Amino acid sequence: MKFLCVECDRQMTFEERGLPGDGTLAATFKCPACGRVVAMLTNPMETQLVASLGVKIGGTTIDSEPLETIRSQVTTGRDDAFDDHAPRATPHAPRWSSEAEARLARVPTFVRGMVKKIYGDYAKERGIAEITPAVMDTARTELGLEGM
Amino acid sequence: MPLNIRTYHELTEADRSGLGAQVGAQRRRVAERLASVQRIVAVMSGKGGVGKSFVTAGLARALARAGRRVGALDADLNGPTLARLLEARGPLAVTAGAVEPVAGADGVRCVSMAHLLEDGKPLAFKGPESDAFIWRGALEAAALRELLGDVAWGALDVLLVDLPPGIGRFHELADLLPAPPDVLTVTIPTIESAEAVRRALTAARDRGARLVGVIENMSGGAFAGDAGDVLAREFALPLLARIPFGPGDAVWQALGERL
Repeated sequence: MKFLCVECDRQMTFEERGLPGDGTLAATFKCPACGRVVAMLTNPMETQLVASLGVKIGGTTIDSEPLETIRSQVTTGRDDAFDDHAPRATPHAPRWSSEAEARLARVPTFVRGMVKKIYGDYAKERGIAEITPAVMDTARTELGLEGM
Repeated sequence: MPLNIRTYHELTEADRSGLGAQVGAQRRRVAERLASVQRIVAVMSGKGGVGKSFVTAGLARALARAGRRVGALDADLNGPTLARLLEARGPLAVTAGAVEPVAGADGVRCVSMAHLLEDGKPLAFKGPESDAFIWRGALEAAALRELLGDVAWGALDVLLVDLPPGIGRFHELADLLPAPPDVLTVTIPTIESAEAVRRALTAARDRGARLVGVIENMSGGAFAGDAGDVLAREFALPLLARIPFGPGDAVWQALGERL
């Protein structure tokens, strides 16, 4: 999918993505010539179709996790499916605030280990020392984690 | 004055989403993960209930006992039974960038949706139920892609892929792999089975898959017919085995030697 500024006859460039709610995915594009910005809004079915393809509008800066689509989309996953619940003591691993830990605890066990690693990688890549709910919100938007 | 609307491919500036590149990366991941697998054999049938998983498990174990390095992927996402037949119990270990298959009976390396689903629960996805028919198929294909590309299959002599009834999952598998898999076809003796399996064989052949042979399962028992012979003759394939109810080790060993 690409966007053309018809008036300028220029391809618009991707600006940012957002999750305004209601299962809507918003992707904004800007004309490099006139600066006009348009937002593409998908309905929940279209958002789900994007998620099911395993692609991320706007791209992503971190590698996908193994079985990421299955783990993020299956609602009947077993809690003990994965042996990845042990904490990963990596050097310079970001801290988790108590609020972020509490929010993470609400994520189903089937997907929690993977989600924790994704947020951890996101924070580490950006030199973020502490993961807070605000960091999680930003990461969720930037990384295209609609289903998590 | 008419608007100047150009085509998709005429817009060639850098695209940060790179959706085409993302899909290409997914395919490369599958190809790289399976690069050390010598042979991929899809066990299929156009008909349900003919014992594909039973045959897959028996054949996998026979090959492993003969010294081959064998993997078994349960591609029946909605009715997975292969893990139980191979006594391959989870959990799945997650290592760097991949999930490790579970070593089951005779060392067969197995991954199944059964490892992932709650006992007794169907495969269910998030998403708006009213339009599920639009995206459910795409999600199942994505799940199959991940079971191929996100599992550390390692160096294998053969990876057996246990397909569900019908031909839909076979086409998804052929789409995902760098080349169509070999196809081993299972039927029961009845003429009704022959009709359904014939369609599956034709689809696989038309897709460019190498047809390895036919196996007639549940042979010599309650089911009348000669579907195995009929299909083997029609497609000029070997009838690799007639498997009776309650086959012993010798039956599996002979099948393994003929594969």
